[in-house]
Amino acid sequence: MEAGIVSPTEAPAIGLTHGSSEDTGLGNRGPQSKSIVVPYGFWLFVLSDMVLFSALFASYASLARATAGGPGSLQLFDRSTVAVETIALLLSSFMCGLAIVAAKRKNLLWTEVWLVVTAVLGLVFLFVELREFAHMISIGAGPQRSAFLSSFFTLVGCHGAHVTAGLMWIGTMMAQVWAKGFQPHIGRRLLCLSIFWHALDIIWVAIFTIVYLIGTLP
Amino acid sequence: MTERDPELRNVAPGEPHDSLMSETLAYVIGLALALLLTGVSFWVASTSAIWGPGVAVGLVVLAIAQMGVHLVFFLHITTGPDNTNNVLALAFGVLIVFLVMIGTIWIMYHLAANMGPTPEMTNMMLQKG
Repeated sequence: MEAGIVSPTEAPAIGLTHGSSEDTGLGNRGPQSKSIVVPYGFWLFVLSDMVLFSALFASYASLARATAGGPGSLQLFDRSTVAVETIALLLSSFMCGLAIVAAKRKNLLWTEVWLVVTAVLGLVFLFVELREFAHMISIGAGPQRSAFLSSFFTLVGCHGAHVTAGLMWIGTMMAQVWAKGFQPHIGRRLLCLSIFWHALDIIWVAIFTIVYLIGTLP
Repeated sequence: MTERDPELRNVAPGEPHDSLMSETLAYVIGLALALLLTGVSFWVASTSAIWGPGVAVGLVVLAIAQMGVHLVFFLHITTGPDNTNNVLALAFGVLIVFLVMIGTIWIMYHLAANMGPTPEMTNMMLQKG
């Protein structure tokens, strides 16, 4: 924006201004910079993604007892498997945070190292989850067995698909940081990636509690 | 004063800031709290020391607490004035999530109660027939 259209000192002090601030909230400042707007917009997307998951949670909660004579959650779910997945994803989220701290200091080596660790832990999570799915399908408890299993595979599978997308995004960002360095737009993408990855862990907290822990209560 | 600097008026979600503590320390505290809450969740689910019907409620409370820890220490959502936009968006998201989940569970529960045989009864009938 061109400076000097309205000189800051001449801006009228209307409304809820206070102290020496001449900000009227009426647009003298112009829009926020991209470093604020882009992550904020991505935050809105992530929140809408959580609304999507809330619908899947609601359908799972409605259908959890509709086993159609097939295996139920008590027979199918193994808590030690879930504990491994939970720890892997939590540590992965933590490592992603360390990568952002390193990126803020423009430290290429440590950014890449923490991103690799993030991705490896994400892969561990995905591997354990896919093995669990494969085992369930092999014993005849696939998504077509009952409404309970359909909603289970939709909910947990949707989260797994998000993790898969996140892993590809991590790989992309590692290449971009490597090739392009810490330019402003690369930093914004890294921050959006970290928001996405932390949000996936928040959704997993709901999944391991509602699906796996409450589902296996005696 | 830098009060008029627009960059200081708002903070992007997920952006680490060191106004209260070192950035890395925030992640470490968050990890410790999350591990603790996860451990307590798994313990509550497997112990017999807690009154049975209360376990599920306790697990939900622990999960909500852990989500709060993730929001504060990993996504850096705070109550500061620079975070108002992020918090408002979050509040609206939480409102919709609760409406969808509680509304669905409430309605479907009463539908099931009013609409004849439960799935278990249907299964038994199918097995007999």
